[in-house]
Amino acid sequence: MSELSPLLEVSGLSKRFGPVIALRSADLSVRPGEVHALMGANGAGKSTLVKVLTGVLRPDGGTVALRGKIRVIASPAEARRAGLMSVYQDPALIPDLTVLQNLRLTGTRAEAVRRWLSELGMSDIDFGVLTRDLPPPSLRLLDLARALAAEPDVLLLDEITAALPADLTTRVFDVVGRRREKGRSVIFISHRLAEVSVFCDRATVLRDGETVGVVEPARGAEAKIVDLMLGPVAADVAQAEAQRAPIRSGDGSGKSRLEVRNLQAGSMLQDVSFTVRPGEVVGVAALEGQGQGELFDCLAGVRKPDAGQILVEGRATSFRHPYDAIHAGLVLVPADRMQALLRQRSVRENIALPLVSRLTRWGLINLRSERRRVKQAIERLQIDTRAQAQVRRLSGGNQQKVSIARWLAAGFQTLLCFDPTRGIDIGTKRQIYVLVRELAAAGSSILLFTSELAEIPLACDRVIVLFGGRVVQVLPANVADESTLLRAAHGLAAEAAG
Amino acid sequence: MVLGRVALPFVPPRFVRRHGWTIGVYALLLASLIFTVAIHPTYGAFDIKSLALGALPLALAAAAQTVVVLSGGIDLTVGPLMAVTNVLAARAMLHSNFRDALLIAVLVLILGCAAGAFNGSIVVFSRVPDIVVTLAMSFVWGGVALLILEKPGGGAPLDFQNLAQETTLSPWVPNALILLIVVVAAVWIPLRGSRLGLALYAIGSDRTAAHASGVNVPLVRMLAYTLSGVFAAIGGLALTMTTGIGSPLSGSFYTLSGVATIVLGGVSLAGGKGGMLGPMAAAFILTLIPADLIFLGIDPNYGQVIQGIVIVLVVMVGGLATLRRKSA
Repeated sequence: MSELSPLLEVSGLSKRFGPVIALRSADLSVRPGEVHALMGANGAGKSTLVKVLTGVLRPDGGTVALRGKIRVIASPAEARRAGLMSVYQDPALIPDLTVLQNLRLTGTRAEAVRRWLSELGMSDIDFGVLTRDLPPPSLRLLDLARALAAEPDVLLLDEITAALPADLTTRVFDVVGRRREKGRSVIFISHRLAEVSVFCDRATVLRDGETVGVVEPARGAEAKIVDLMLGPVAADVAQAEAQRAPIRSGDGSGKSRLEVRNLQAGSMLQDVSFTVRPGEVVGVAALEGQGQGELFDCLAGVRKPDAGQILVEGRATSFRHPYDAIHAGLVLVPADRMQALLRQRSVRENIALPLVSRLTRWGLINLRSERRRVKQAIERLQIDTRAQAQVRRLSGGNQQKVSIARWLAAGFQTLLCFDPTRGIDIGTKRQIYVLVRELAAAGSSILLFTSELAEIPLACDRVIVLFGGRVVQVLPANVADESTLLRAAHGLAAEAAG
Repeated sequence: MVLGRVALPFVPPRFVRRHGWTIGVYALLLASLIFTVAIHPTYGAFDIKSLALGALPLALAAAAQTVVVLSGGIDLTVGPLMAVTNVLAARAMLHSNFRDALLIAVLVLILGCAAGAFNGSIVVFSRVPDIVVTLAMSFVWGGVALLILEKPGGGAPLDFQNLAQETTLSPWVPNALILLIVVVAAVWIPLRGSRLGLALYAIGSDRTAAHASGVNVPLVRMLAYTLSGVFAAIGGLALTMTTGIGSPLSGSFYTLSGVATIVLGGVSLAGGKGGMLGPMAAAFILTLIPADLIFLGIDPNYGQVIQGIVIVLVVMVGGLATLRRKSA
């Protein structure tokens, strides 16, 4: 019976960041010699849980017990001593130190790392090179080998397979799975349901910071996991659904406003093609890190694509700078509102900023015209500006409205919205989506990424689903309910098709 | 191996590639010495000695700055701390004998260590950006120096001054140079070989990854400022040795000159990159430039202009070289 008493027992863990609750009450029980999956939709609290377990964050409440003894993990060094090691999405290697120096920094024996590396099929890494000169997959495996060399009781793998080719993924599971025999456990965080069902013994599912179930992910259990991740669909959303405008597909002219052909950037954005017509809202559905960030960066002129074409109104373009994209009528509303706005300046100045080049006469800003256009934009968006001169004093929802208002005042053809409703209350969310529909009705094109899949059918006409840097599915929004999207975003549809 | 295995005509060995900047700075120093001898054929042992005397405080200021900048910070108190320790030593050593002077020097070092630790703890605990904290503290230490000694004065026993001013071994090897090498090596070599030294580079290179690697980031940051305080105190003592007096405003020159020196010496202001050898040579180059101007009969006030141009040029050439290697 003692074999089944948990190695790691987490109960009632909670953590909040200001008004945002990241973890409400998370429970996790890992048995010795188990590969345990931790699953959940975006923002369910997986990363926060991992960070608490590895001492990066301190929890507000709840307990962590190792081998039945309650431990307070105050720092990564302490987590290591307690036998908890993690390999993060971003390898924790110091770029300006050599591989060997990195190992010495953590007090890891080089021979042990070399042994694990050769088991992982990477025996040709030169320990004398600076880690900044190693390619990402090697870094990831090096980080893994270093963690394995410390022989931890519990190894946490956060999305380690996301950037690995398939053959290496199998190898990683092979090597990691061998730890079972020694009674050591692995916690595996992944978006890839298929991997989880093949390699993991049990899966804990988080939703909204709470543990909602523990499943044995045998073949066919995927549906149950997806159901758990989704939870009961919020009544609020269903109500909004009823008010939704009928599906349209552009203004009927059939011309494309924005066309993307075989776009490729870095390792994350592989090969993406799609079109957006005038008057159309195209949704982008994807889990974290499937290339959507790179896609929006390329379209907004923040980064240059490695290959492929962006056509605006049928003409090929090349954006060297966001200025070029704005000039071509493509404007970005980023998730991080503070990225777009000048926090210390007034609402008026923020809205007027992209306008300035059009308002100047003889180099001076025509204040009257500025005031008029800003006022129109504020009224249109119902921005609550009572006595709040500085943008940083506005609520998140109102800040996001300001970052849309500035483009309204400046004028645009295509609005790129990257997760515009992140951390915004439901009322403002609806206002933003209503506005998006209005803009489309007035002839604008909108490309909308949101991490909340349930919101996609509310605002979009069509949805493209990205997985592994490719478009794996294109759906009309009326059939794109959350479970369909979640399945597709996990690459399940792609596998069925391939 | 991933780097530079493409069809390059010549791939320099890794040592040369990694320490290219340092090698370049020493080549530049050699070139400027050759240039100096060319324009001033009588350049000899005496000139070498005055070069070493001039470069000693600057090199120590650079050493103080290097430690903090490698850890990803900046220390604007280096100059004022040198002034405090300079006037403190000069005031206490006046009319003392050599043995007492050595004892005072040790006490001054301990004080520098404490002052550095104080700076560091404010930076770490207040969470105010280091540039703001050390700027504010630079006024505090500057004021303290004036409180200790209102105007230049004090003194030090001749034997103590000779620790830097004499040429004991050979007329061509000034004591100042030996002192610099011994002092910097005594602190830097053990540190560089230790895990602490790695941690210093680690927090400057990627603080998040360092934290995740189990490095105690606040502690290492504090330690960097403490070491900076030690080097600044040695710099203050060096000023006492080389000038024979204490001057409350002596330090003001060394804060920004120290930053310029380490930049020329190949230390990245972004942290995590560089070493101690480069800045040492850079201190000699920057001391040599005004001397050369005097030999050329040019107004030495142009020295600052030329120093500025040299720094920008060297950093630009270095940056271009790095870019080319990356694209190769």
